[in-house]
Amino acid sequence: MAYSDKVLDHYENPRNVGALDKNDPHVGTGMVGAPACGDVMKLQIRVGDDGVIADAKFKTYGCGSAIASSSLVTEWLKGKTLDQALEIKNSDIAEELALPPVKIHCSVLAEDAIKAAISDLKQKSGAEV
Amino acid sequence: MASEFPQNHFDLFRLPVRFALDRAALDQNYRALQGEVHPDRYATATSAERLRSAQMAALVNEAYQTLKSPVDRARYLLHLNGVDTQEETNTAMPADFLMRQMEWRETVEDARAAADIAALEKALDDLKREAAEFETQLHTALDEKNDHARAADLVRKLRFLDKVRDETELAIETLET
Repeated sequence: MAYSDKVLDHYENPRNVGALDKNDPHVGTGMVGAPACGDVMKLQIRVGDDGVIADAKFKTYGCGSAIASSSLVTEWLKGKTLDQALEIKNSDIAEELALPPVKIHCSVLAEDAIKAAISDLKQKSGAEV
Repeated sequence: MASEFPQNHFDLFRLPVRFALDRAALDQNYRALQGEVHPDRYATATSAERLRSAQMAALVNEAYQTLKSPVDRARYLLHLNGVDTQEETNTAMPADFLMRQMEWRETVEDARAAADIAALEKALDDLKREAAEFETQLHTALDEKNDHARAADLVRKLRFLDKVRDETELAIETLET
C-alpha cells in the first residue's frame, strides 16, 4: 500500500520517541492496543503547573500509519491544555496524514491513547484537574 | 455430499458445536468432504451442479481453516451466539497486558537486531506457552461457563500474541537464511 508523504515523513523521522517517568505525578501514561492488527501504543504527556502540556513522548509497535499517528499527536499535544487535547479527533489525524480507510483504526488508536493518558493523569491528581 | 445443507461449520464436519476440538475427526471428515465435492468429480455434470460443487468446495475449505485455528474457532462460536469480538474497535486492554505486549516486542526487536536466534526461539516457546494458556481459558469460558464476554476478551488478547509470534517466526526465518 502506498503511504502518503506525511506518513512516510513521520515514519522515517518519528518525533518524540521515548519515555517519561511514569511515576511523576505530572505525567500521564496511556497504553492502548488494537487487537485486529496487534499494534501497541504508549503515549505519555507531562503537564506543567499552568495546566499546559509541556512534553509528550510515545513508543509504538505497529505499522507505518500507527507510528505516524502517534508521532503526529505528540507534536499536536505540546502547548495544549488537557481540554484542548481532548478535542483532537481521530478524523483530524486521519485527514492530516491522508490515511486510507483501512488505516483509520490507527488514528482511532492514537485518539484513544490521548484519552487514556489524560485519564491516567486525572486519576493521579484526584479531582483537581 | 451431505443431503441437508449444514447449519454451521461444526455441523458440516459432524462435530459438536463447542471450542474443544477433536482434531483427528476434523481432519478425517475434511478429507472425506473434500473428495465428495472436488470439482474433478463434476467434470461431466451440468453447469448448475458444477457451480454448486465449486461453492461447496470453497465452503468446506473456509470452514476447515476456521475450525482449525483456535482464535478463528472461538470467534466463530461467539459469532454463532451473536457476540461481536470487537477486534476493530476495542482498544482498552488492561495496562499490564499491554505492557507485557510491549516487552515481548522489545525482546524480539532486540534479539533480531543482535541476530540472537536462541533468544528468538526462547521467546517463541514462551509465546506458545502463553497462547496455550489462553486457549485453555477459552475452553473454560466457552464450553463450561458460557461466559461470552470473557471469551471475546481472550480472542482479542490472542490476536496480540499471534502478531508477535508471526514476527518472531519471520525474524528466525530471515536470520536462518
